[in-house]
Amino acid sequence: MSELGFDRQDFEGVQDGREDLAPGDEPEESAGHWVLNSNLGLGFSIVLTAAAFVLAQTHLIYGPAIPVALIVLAIAQMGVHLVFFLHVTTGPDNTNNVLALAFGILVVFLIVAGSIWIMNNLQHNMMPMDQMIRMQP
Amino acid sequence: MTDLPATSEALRRIAQDPHRLGRLAHGREGPVAGVGHGETGPASKRIIVGYGFWIFLLSDIVIFSCFFAAFAVLRNATAGGPGARDIAEVPRVALETGALLLSSYTCGLSFAATNAKNLLWTQVFLLITGLLGLAFVGMEAQEFISLAARGITPQRSGFLSAFFGLVGCHGLHVTLAGLWLLTMMAQVQLKGFRPEIVHRLICFNLFWHALDIVWIGIFTIVYLLGVTA
Repeated sequence: MSELGFDRQDFEGVQDGREDLAPGDEPEESAGHWVLNSNLGLGFSIVLTAAAFVLAQTHLIYGPAIPVALIVLAIAQMGVHLVFFLHVTTGPDNTNNVLALAFGILVVFLIVAGSIWIMNNLQHNMMPMDQMIRMQP
Repeated sequence: MTDLPATSEALRRIAQDPHRLGRLAHGREGPVAGVGHGETGPASKRIIVGYGFWIFLLSDIVIFSCFFAAFAVLRNATAGGPGARDIAEVPRVALETGALLLSSYTCGLSFAATNAKNLLWTQVFLLITGLLGLAFVGMEAQEFISLAARGITPQRSGFLSAFFGLVGCHGLHVTLAGLWLLTMMAQVQLKGFRPEIVHRLICFNLFWHALDIVWIGIFTIVYLLGVTA
């Protein structure tokens, strides 16, 4: 044990089958946690989707709050899909994926929020159409 | 485990860094000794393929965000024509959402079967995924045709251009993903679970789930917000 330079107890269950792999070979994956993840993802998604459709169709909550509620539900469901269907995790094999995702979200935010902001400003500063027509000779 | 021909150095490295990322696993600090000196080897192909396809997916989502931005800017530019409230049919959208969500679920199950090296269930779940995707595309095509029959076409107004652009772009993605799915079913059947086939299945899974994420944005922003606002 001591000649290994580390305590093998720390890595119990991590080592199996990985020792005789050539570079590029891959350890076996188990099916169980994929099924569990799919079930959890489907369950959460059904709840969030049903909530969105019910809120949009009824007057259960204060009317002007409905758009905000819908957007919150959509973002929550996107998170559920990322975690349970796309398997974005905090594990070491996912660090690069998470960083790329963060950059992607930044770009999406800049494009959408920037477009809405700029075009609203433009519309605000434009002369109303009927005045513009009246000014034509 | 002591009878393995691996050196103690290799054992230490693999135990500390099972995915060959050059760092210790989650929750343990510090770099692995020998990283950057050609001693730890590259990350496994599975991780590299998934990462590369993830970058492509993010760029695809950036394209969709441009369509979303155009829709958000143009949603009131109806030019006297029909608005979002007039064209949204919530029951149909609910059915489309259900079909796509279930197809995401069966797609995840097919990949579980792939990991269990079970050919039959992989094919069965891929087939169900494809049929649900076909149902989705069919309902959307039916919607577009019925809208066109009422004279609601992309040429009518800026809002309708943005609407058909955004929803149509997503429908086109689902259609192409369906063709990919048929290709994958043929490849799995003929070539079996070779590593490169499994890598393609990983990429297909990522693509199909990403399309469902985009659809969440569409049914919320285009349809549900259109009916309420």
